[in-house]
This record gives sequence, structure tokens and C-alpha cells, in this order.
Amino acid sequence: MATLALRNIRKSYLSFEVIKGINLDVADREFVVFVGPSGCGKSTLLRMIAGLEEITSGDLLIDGQRVNAIGPADRGLAMVFQSYALYPHMTVRQNMGFALRMARVPKQERERKVAEAARVLQLEPYLDRRPRELSGGQRQRVAIGRAIVRNPRVFLFDEPLSNLDAALRGQMRIELSRLHEALAATMVYVTHDQVEAMTMADKIVVLQSGRVEQVGSPLELYHRPANLFVAGFIGSPRMNLLPAQLGAEVGDGVMVELRGGERLMLPRPSGPVQPGQPVTLGIRPEALRPDPAGPLAGEVRMVERLGGLTLLHVGLANGQPLIVQIEGSDPTRAHTPIRLSIDAEACHLFDAEGQALPALHQHPLAA
Amino acid sequence: MSSVTAPASQALEEPAAPAQRRWLLMTPAVGVLLLWMIVPLVMTLWFSFQRYNLLNPTVTGFAGLENYEFLVTDPDFWASLVNTLVLVGSVLVITVGLGTLLAVLFDQPFLGSGIARVLAISPFFVMPTVSALVWKNLMMHPIYGVLGALAHALGMPAVDWFADYPMFSVIVIVAWQWLPFALLILLTAIQSLDGEQKEAARMDGAGPIARFFFIILPHLGRAISVVVMMETIFLLTVFAEIFVTTSGGPGNATTNLAFLIYARALLQFDVGGGSAGGVVAIVLANIVAFFLVRSIARRLEV
Repeated sequence: MATLALRNIRKSYLSFEVIKGINLDVADREFVVFVGPSGCGKSTLLRMIAGLEEITSGDLLIDGQRVNAIGPADRGLAMVFQSYALYPHMTVRQNMGFALRMARVPKQERERKVAEAARVLQLEPYLDRRPRELSGGQRQRVAIGRAIVRNPRVFLFDEPLSNLDAALRGQMRIELSRLHEALAATMVYVTHDQVEAMTMADKIVVLQSGRVEQVGSPLELYHRPANLFVAGFIGSPRMNLLPAQLGAEVGDGVMVELRGGERLMLPRPSGPVQPGQPVTLGIRPEALRPDPAGPLAGEVRMVERLGGLTLLHVGLANGQPLIVQIEGSDPTRAHTPIRLSIDAEACHLFDAEGQALPALHQHPLAA
Repeated sequence: MSSVTAPASQALEEPAAPAQRRWLLMTPAVGVLLLWMIVPLVMTLWFSFQRYNLLNPTVTGFAGLENYEFLVTDPDFWASLVNTLVLVGSVLVITVGLGTLLAVLFDQPFLGSGIARVLAISPFFVMPTVSALVWKNLMMHPIYGVLGALAHALGMPAVDWFADYPMFSVIVIVAWQWLPFALLILLTAIQSLDGEQKEAARMDGAGPIARFFFIILPHLGRAISVVVMMETIFLLTVFAEIFVTTSGGPGNATTNLAFLIYARALLQFDVGGGSAGGVVAIVLANIVAFFLVRSIARRLEV
């Protein structure tokens, strides 16, 4: 129905380049999320797709057709804005029908489409209200309804949930996923919230300073981050990153020595291994376990009890901080010494440039 | 309001505060208000029922409604009412219409927009007598004026603006003075329009003209009503521009209510008749203010 392709897309303001050559394919009915820290260019990229920002160079293809020179209204896209951007003096019905009115769609058809969208979004009781009389979540749904009514080829979302409170955000996440399934539409979604990215995306695009750091499914990014940036960005609490040094190869494994002199045996990376090579060891908080016989020794500095989970903030003997995620019922208390063991299979190694050294035998993904 | 409520709330906090002290604190505000507004108002009312003509100082005493009767039977009075309405209405249409267009224009980024804004707003800082003189002698004078010179350059006869189109000329001058006010308020209103709304309208397929009518103009509704209210209040009392340029003439062509009152009281020395005109002006202004404030209050609620 609708595919999207970006070919070496660039954007400069005067001599300052903010989008530095992006290549991306979005398949039909795919839910793609652009995620990255603020200022990484994710919103700019979305606005370039929408046609609100000019594309400095490169090609933007919708259904294989170059649309760089086509105006925002004629690209067949619809956008949901962060502030919702509802027209305050129009009723919900007029807001949702505005695009059709501009396209000179006959009144009856307009009414029918608005009613249909209102039914899908459960907005029927509010059709004659004005935006200010609605709650944040309802406004959000009107903004989505305004997009649905146009029957666009691609939906664009610019941080649509960031103005909602946490409970409503969780609810709207599920509603958006449900909507994506019901409409069978291609969607591009921008957020800085990795939970939104992980839960909704078919494909996540991690951006940093105008470049794509990695593209992949949520679990791919989680279990096989391509570099230190993605490793640190995806996952909450963050992955622990420890400076280390490679040692000798032992069969299918490799010895890794931490700053404090602790030695760990990890699966061997697929590439060549040089003893003495400086690396960064990445360990997810859930890959660490309290274990009296474990190789890492430290002190529990703080305990965060979330109920189902407990986070231990541990200081290693060399001062390096670590976050350990364990069960909520664990009795470990703050200011006690602790020893930790590591799930070697779940460890990540990164070279001095921050690129991942993928293990020879990779962890199987759920999806 | 605050001068009334503040002592009252203080009294609530300290129930021991004696009633006399509350009165003492309120006295300055009430006194100034009395001197400033009530005394002149009562004196005007009083004079309007008196025989009080400086040319006939011996004729005094209560006149009843004679001053009012004389006023409403005077064709000049009705002409001045019409002139007032024409002046206010025309200036409102010009300033709001042109002000909206200019505000949209000045909202666009262009080279030197900061300087252009200052220049566009500067007429507001010129005092009315000065701007009237500038228009009268530098712009509209048939011999020395810029417009006259332009007409000559094009081979056309110069127009004697104040003789041939007196009301139009006054309207032009007053509109020139009040356009910056409208522009200033409408420009700030336009700048407060959410940029994403305009972008959403673009995505919805609204062209520049549709965006103006469906997004910008409704957004400006409140600001426009504020401009209309403020300008109406001030335009009902336009005087200096008329005094300096046409002195209400030729005939009574540019005599508005304010100028009529002035002429009655200070040119014909008929203080009683002038006061009657003043009372009518007060009533008129209050009727206008009542409707305007009510309609605007309703808009502000929305």
C-alpha cells in the first residue's frame, strides 16, 4: 500500500549540517520509530518526510516515486503533532473534517468519514465540543482522528504522547498499537522515550547527531547493539559499561581483565582477537547476580526497591559504579559488601572506537 | 476594585481594626475619584440645565430642558453625530483591515524587518497636532504638498484635499495615526499563534489564503475586538486633528460631536448649550462602551 524510502537524505542550515546522509527503507504496514536524544535530528527528519522542511539533498521516495518537490498536502501523508495543533475555534467535527473540506469533498462523504473515524477512536460523544473542553487524551485522539480521516498513505507522529501523564501514556501506547493493527497503515513515529520505541515499533531507527546509529527490531537492538551509543541508549536501567582489556584466547572463549584485576571468561568474538587490546565490557543490569563465589567484589551503596524488581547500586573495589537488577524479594541491604557473578553469554564487548565485537555464537532472539 | 477589596480583606485578618481606620485608608482613593470624575460630571450636568452664555452674563437661572431642546433641533447636532459615526467607522475599518494585512506581512521574516517594524509603529508616537500639521502642510497642501507635487508631475491638477474631500482627509490622518496601534496588537497576537497549527493546516491542504481565513483570522478575533474597543473609545473624542486642519469645516463637514461641544462652549460662549452636548456625548459613549464591553467580555470567555 505505501512504502517509504530515504536515499542519502541530507539537511543543512547555511553551512551547518543537521541530517548527515540517511538511508532507510520503510516497508508497507511497518511501524518505524525514530529514537534518539534531543537534538539528534529525529524531528527534523520526520518534518522533511512530511514536507514541512526542505530536503537539502538526497531523494525521498513514497511508493517508489520521488516526492522531494511535492508539497506537504499532496504527499498523501498525515501528521500528528506534539502539541496536537488542533484548531481551537473549531469543533472536534470541524477539526477532523478540515482536510476534507480543503479538498472539497462533498459534505455527506465528509460527515461519513468523520463519523467513521470518531467511532474508531470512541470520540462520538465529543464531536460538537471544542478542543479546550477536552482532556489531554481526548485531544490526542482528535489529532489522530484528523489524520485517519484523510486516509493517508503514511502516518507521521511527532512525539505525540510526550504531553500526557504516565498512566495515560501507557494507555495511548496500547491504543496506538491497536490502531496500527486495525488500519494496517504504514507509520513513522518519533520519540525520545525508549519505552515507546521498544513497545510499539516493528523497526527502531536510533539516531545521533544526524546519523543513523543502528536500525533493527527492538530485541535486536537490545541484545545486539551495534555500538556503545545504542548499548547505552536502549535499555533501562542503562547497560553497565566497564573499561577492560582483552587477554588470551582459551578455546571458544576469551579472557577479559577489568581495571581492578578481576578476570572473566567470555565467549570469543567472531573477529580476530589481540591480547592487550583495550575494550569496553557491557553488562545489562539483569545479567548480574549476587553470588558469594562471584568474580566481582564491591559494596552496595544504595537499594532502590520498585516492588517487583530491586535495583542495587554497587560500587566495585576500584570505584566503578554498577547497577544490578534483581528480584523484588531480595533482602540485600545498603552498605553491605557483595560479590557478583556475570552471565557470560549476555555480555557485550566494544572496541576502542565503540563498535561492537559480536560474539561468535549469538544469543537467539525471541522475535 | 482593589482599593475597595484590599482594606476589606485586611479587616478580615485583623478583626480588631476599627471601622474609622478603614474609612481613613479609603479616603484618598475615594477623594481623588470624586474630584477627578464626579465633580466635573455633576458640574456639566448642572450647567446643561442653566442659562449660561458668556455673551449674555445677565441672563441666568434654571433653563429646564431648553438647552437640550435647542441642541436636538439644531441640524448641526445631527450632522455632527453622523460625522462622528462616519469618522469612527471608517477609521476602524481602515486600521483593522490594513492592520491585519500588515501584521501578516510583518510576521514573515525578511531583511530589515526589525527596522521596518519600528518605522511602521512610529506614527503612534507623533502627537496628534503635529501629525495633523504634517499632513496638512507637507502632504495634502495643494501647492507645497507631496500629493500636489505628485499630481503635477503626472500632469494632473492638484487636489485641494481639505476643501474638496474634508472628511476623507481627516479620516486619512486619523487612520494613519491609529494604524500602528492596530498593527502592534494584531502583530503580537499573530506571533502568539502556535506554529504547529499553521503546519497542521498546511498538511491538511490549506493554501495561504485558506490558512488566513480559517486559522489566522479566527485566532485574531479576540485581538481585533480589543483593538475595536480601544480605538472606538479614543476615536469618539477626536479633536486635535480637526481643530488643526479644518476647524470643523467647510461648513459643518468635519464637525464631530467633540468639536461641536468645543465650538458651542468656547467659540459661541454658550456654556449651557455646550454642557448639554457634553451630556449627550457621555450618554452616547456609555451606550457604545456598554455594548462593546459586553460583546468583548463574551469573546474573552470563549
